[in-house]
Amino acid sequence: MDAAAALERLREISSQVRAAVIFERGGKIIGSTLGDEERAKSVAAEAEALLDDAEKRRSAADGDAEFAQLEVALRDGSVFVVRDGKRLIVATTAPEPTVGLVFYDLKSTLRELEAKPKPAPRKRAPAKRKAPARATRAKKPDAKS
Amino acid sequence: MRSRNLLTGVLLGAGSVAGTLVFRRRLARRQERVDVYFGDGSMVSLAKPGEAEPLLRRARQILDLAG
Repeated sequence: MDAAAALERLREISSQVRAAVIFERGGKIIGSTLGDEERAKSVAAEAEALLDDAEKRRSAADGDAEFAQLEVALRDGSVFVVRDGKRLIVATTAPEPTVGLVFYDLKSTLRELEAKPKPAPRKRAPAKRKAPARATRAKKPDAKS
Repeated sequence: MRSRNLLTGVLLGAGSVAGTLVFRRRLARRQERVDVYFGDGSMVSLAKPGEAEPLLRRARQILDLAG
């Protein structure tokens, strides 16, 4: 599935998501619900910086586990960043969203993007007609004889 | 009469405790915070103004940009 289709589907399944940008680290934009490319780039850059800040908190605390997802809850709305492989998605929602659902929808969007398109079903060869079997009637033995 | 007064008092007390709990929960939910989840299942929650502020500022910027 391409990015535009995945984002379109995200909008269909999640009424809570207002805007979303799919990107890779380094500023490569894969897709966006924002019409403006420059705005999408700025959102991705801010999200990457947010991610760097969040990862610093982790390494300062203890382990070295990779970042998976984050939510920033603000009075005006929430910001979500979810990672799947090398791809990331940043999304904004209204205040007090259903956090688990939004995470699930964003993760699904990234996975759909990863999934290869299904190959078209192979056409079946028309079935060979069997030659009609010859009706062979055995002669009934004559009861009288 | 006395037992009725006691029951009313207990009910009022229970009601005010429940109300306080609900109010505090709602207040906590409205608080600005950052929850970061990692691949190993661990989670870091930043809610103190000092530690969360740089991330909150970036998130506000994202909300403004996204419109």
